[in-house]
Amino acid sequence: MVITREGLLELLRDVKDPELPMLDVVELGIVRDVEIDADRVRIDITPTYSGCPALQVIEREIETTVRSAGFDDVTVNTVLFPPWTTDWVTPEAKDKMREAGIAPPREVSSARGIEELVGIRRAAPNVECPWCGSSDTVQKSAFGSTACKAIHFCNSCRQPFDYFKAF
Amino acid sequence: MSASPQLFEYLLRLGDDRLVLGHRLSEWCGHGPILEEDIAMANIALDLIGQATLFLRLAGKIEGKGRNEDQLAYFREAIDYRNVQLVELPKGDFAFTMVRQFLFDVYSYHVLEQLQSAKNTELAGIAAKGFKEVRYHVRHSSEWIPRLGDGTDESHQRAQRALDELWRFIPELFRMDDVDQELIKAGNAADLSTIEPKWRSTITEVLTRATLKIPADMPMVASGRVGRHSEFLGHMLSEMQIVARSHPGVEW
Repeated sequence: MVITREGLLELLRDVKDPELPMLDVVELGIVRDVEIDADRVRIDITPTYSGCPALQVIEREIETTVRSAGFDDVTVNTVLFPPWTTDWVTPEAKDKMREAGIAPPREVSSARGIEELVGIRRAAPNVECPWCGSSDTVQKSAFGSTACKAIHFCNSCRQPFDYFKAF
Repeated sequence: MSASPQLFEYLLRLGDDRLVLGHRLSEWCGHGPILEEDIAMANIALDLIGQATLFLRLAGKIEGKGRNEDQLAYFREAIDYRNVQLVELPKGDFAFTMVRQFLFDVYSYHVLEQLQSAKNTELAGIAAKGFKEVRYHVRHSSEWIPRLGDGTDESHQRAQRALDELWRFIPELFRMDDVDQELIKAGNAADLSTIEPKWRSTITEVLTRATLKIPADMPMVASGRVGRHSEFLGHMLSEMQIVARSHPGVEW
């Protein structure tokens, strides 16, 4: 069985994130690299959040998908450095998030120091509403239905929505 | 990977602090004061336990005796745990939980920040990921401090009482021993002596703004780092470990 790098990446696009089923592991930047050596396949993946429960499912899914395509020698390797960032999520994936009612992550801002992080007052990030596009939104909670999302509310269309945190 | 007893020990410290605090925080699941806070605490607990998983997995690898993160978490006795006593105290009321979380988050922020440039690239990778997470944690817990301290009489009183009770466990966070010294030389440990003044200045600023009074320093020798713990850790572990011990090797 012979497969090209592109072919393997295309195959991996069948593996979806169980918590974001409209997105696959390639466009989310979870698949870091693939290596093909004759009939041996190695896939490097990177965890999103340390405690993300989806990762184990993803790891299994990747293995099953590649095996069922006819490769018996599959290794899924976890790479921790450099750590995953939402900047690796592709623009197409961000569009799909928006269509699903999730505000996509913005660019990770240059690291703010501890003084700013613990400041009593800070401007809430004005995330654009995925429903109506308004910037008149407010963060209700930095922690939402999954580790990667925050809960925001749109004052224009009066709808709550998830924001995929820049991370 | 070559076995380094110091690095193994140090990774247990990092892992155990987060595992124990994560478990304490998870005790709020379903009991939070409001829904959003319940979700927030469960999320932060999940991050901490996730960080612990990574640190303990690496510890097992460095030790080289075939122990994985689950064996280290579920089959060690309290005396073999290396967390500071601060994190093992019962969760108390919400003020106690949040004040402790804030004191620890600022500490963890600086520790992980330094460890991002550790010589051991796996340690650096775990720290870099954890550092991104702790930035969210510290924002969250620090927001609660003025809300509680500068809130109602009742919330002020509870926050102050929590601070008074917790303060004597602070010196342990910054005590360094041979393990730290050896690993600092090797570029694989945070230098706590440089972190302490930064920690103090941040804590002082936030607590003062929250109208809370910083207690006088108390000389107390808590030594969780060498396995001497309060009675509370044993009780917590018996609950945390019972499923794994009753059904060894069980899987979902």
